[in-house]
Amino acid sequence: MKGLTYLKNTLLTGVAIALTVSCERDISDDAVVATFPVTPDIFTDAPVGLTDEFFDSFDPAIGANPNGFGTDENEAYEGSASIRVDVPGPNDPEGGFIGGIFRDRGEGRDLSGYDALTFWAKGTVTGRVTVGFGTDFDTDTFPVSTVITLSAGWTKYTIPIPDPSRLTQERGLFLFSAGSFDPLVNDNPALAETFNDNFGYTFWIDELRFENTGSTTLLAPTILNGQDLAIDIFTGFTQTIDGLGATFNLGNGQNISVNAARSYFEFASSDSNVATVDAFGNVSVIGAGQATITGSIGDQQANGSLQITSAGGFVNAPIPTQPASDVISIYSDSYPSVTGFNPGVFAGSNTQNIAVQTFDGNSHVQYEGIDFIGIGWDGTVNVTGETMVHLDVQLLSGSGNALVMELIDFGPDDTDNGLGNTGGDGTAGGFNLSSQLVADQWVGIDIPLSSFTLPTGGGGAGSPNLSNIGFIVFVSSNGASFLVDNIYFY
Amino acid sequence: MKKVIKHSILALTLISSAVFVSCELDETQEVVTKTNLVWSDEFNIDGAPDPNAWTYDLGDGTAEGIPGWGNNELQIYTDDAENVRVENGMLVITARQTANGFTSARIKTQGLFEKQYGRFEARIRLPQGKGLWPAFWLLGNNCAQNPWPACGEIDIMENVGDEPIKVFGSVHGPNYSGGESISKEYELTNGRFDTEFHVFGIEWSPNRINYYVDDVLYNSITPEEVDEETDGEGIWVFDNTMYMIINVAVGGNLPGAPNANTTFPQRMLVDYVRVYN
Repeated sequence: MKGLTYLKNTLLTGVAIALTVSCERDISDDAVVATFPVTPDIFTDAPVGLTDEFFDSFDPAIGANPNGFGTDENEAYEGSASIRVDVPGPNDPEGGFIGGIFRDRGEGRDLSGYDALTFWAKGTVTGRVTVGFGTDFDTDTFPVSTVITLSAGWTKYTIPIPDPSRLTQERGLFLFSAGSFDPLVNDNPALAETFNDNFGYTFWIDELRFENTGSTTLLAPTILNGQDLAIDIFTGFTQTIDGLGATFNLGNGQNISVNAARSYFEFASSDSNVATVDAFGNVSVIGAGQATITGSIGDQQANGSLQITSAGGFVNAPIPTQPASDVISIYSDSYPSVTGFNPGVFAGSNTQNIAVQTFDGNSHVQYEGIDFIGIGWDGTVNVTGETMVHLDVQLLSGSGNALVMELIDFGPDDTDNGLGNTGGDGTAGGFNLSSQLVADQWVGIDIPLSSFTLPTGGGGAGSPNLSNIGFIVFVSSNGASFLVDNIYFY
Repeated sequence: MKKVIKHSILALTLISSAVFVSCELDETQEVVTKTNLVWSDEFNIDGAPDPNAWTYDLGDGTAEGIPGWGNNELQIYTDDAENVRVENGMLVITARQTANGFTSARIKTQGLFEKQYGRFEARIRLPQGKGLWPAFWLLGNNCAQNPWPACGEIDIMENVGDEPIKVFGSVHGPNYSGGESISKEYELTNGRFDTEFHVFGIEWSPNRINYYVDDVLYNSITPEEVDEETDGEGIWVFDNTMYMIINVAVGGNLPGAPNANTTFPQRMLVDYVRVYN
């Protein structure tokens, strides 16, 4: 009997050991991916799993008021307490707005099983509050935000998650930001007095949590604010795709649009020999041809695109050959030039665009659809010792576009105080470049200074003085677009 | 003695479980008593809907004497492939916005398959957006002789596109028709009708119409209920022979017009329609 008992116990022990060993092996085989807590609640009657700070304010240095945040045991949508936010008035010395984030106190939460952040809120006025999640004041990888309008009664708000599968370890659980209430709806950040009618108010938030509503559907992501843009450009051009967001339809049939971080998106180029785009939406044009940049969230294509037509490598204007000692340069990478160069010190109201572009370290000015524009600089130049003016022009619009170049001399007082016809001592004259221009090709034009004989649009009589040249003007009667480089007297 | 007790316990267990099971059956049998498939369209052949199963209501209802199909609906029904076709195992009804308004489709089994009583069900994904009004319904086959609502209408599923988690089932008869129909709403607790497929059905017996969505029985309409709802004015007209209709309307009294958020085209996908006895 004893022997039998002993044997039995031995067998049992053996089994137990075998089980234990196999269990351990199972665990170690399966334990591949570390996962983070899936806790949905952020605030019910008290903060759930948040840092000791609970509320982490935006920087008071930028005007955030850290004082108006707390909980309220007299107000609750459900249970016994809610979050209370006292939004400061516009002139509060402690700061004119209130906002910040709630952070997970651990290493982050796995939110991939939820499709929205939801909460109940009400306000003493119908204030507008920015709300969102994904901002942790550390990596800020997955911010999402939208603006809600409060109601006097408790109202449920739903902020959808663009692609929950990305949020496997998120610390930024909630964000809000609110400024004073603007009853006249006239706030203009550039005019302080437009905030005088504003006042502070209070709002409450309760039952703040992530939720799997099952009824939130992504209608369309958005890049470039949903616009299909087209640009004609050259190798070396770069642009970052912005205007990123997404529009959802909620279970109540309402649409809601959110701003979404670029980390939710994937970007693609239809021809990576023409243009590439990286994971952050940075586009680089690397060759000639056409390419379209698109974006998507998950398998849903975004509204908006960037169609690139690249002419390949940009051909800069020829390098000038005049010795620098013989030149008074207004604009050129090859010569020391005037200081304070301004390609559009004034412009006609129909002028579409003025831009300085740089390829291979060589800059030029691009004018699009001008009626007239003025080039200015610090002071004036005295070119009485020179005989010619040079410029390189490339016409972008079709041949037949008219272009007149004017020189404006400020006169002996060296001040822009009007031409002779208005009582000033200035003089001006023009020269018609039109016949020399060739579309899509640099043309070097050299004009004798004695040839600026045409009367000017500003009332100049022609043949200006040359001691105090202060402006060079381009005038087009039919909206010419063109590039200009290497403007110098010699 | 022990054995006797044991058997008694066993017997009691059997009895109690039998009672329990039959209790469950009682509650669910209204949905599943009819299991003998007598008609179905699985929509497995691409192209126009099977002409042996389906015919069409066309136009704007003017020919039927009810412009706007009696509800100020905006669509014109066509039998064009761009409005109704079978593809990839689904019946697809597409509501489109055109230069002149909206087009869509309404197909029916009138004259091809008509039946008194039975279990009628379809697996459908609904269209999306304000102004869309999809429906799967039955209409009495003698409306010409016995004008609506006396010929009876059983709406198995209706939805308005800006309420994506709700559907409703209704009956229309004398003194309870149109806005006064006897109706009940069913709301999903998780999910949507316009992004997923759901099964919509009724089981129609001589004195009872049970409504279900997926495996949830959400309403049961009887002559007694009609009586109660209409203070005795309503007449039970559901011993008639009826045919099936599937359509997507646009606009009209019930859903209102599409708004700026409504995108077109909008599609209703029907995986199957099955009828059991």
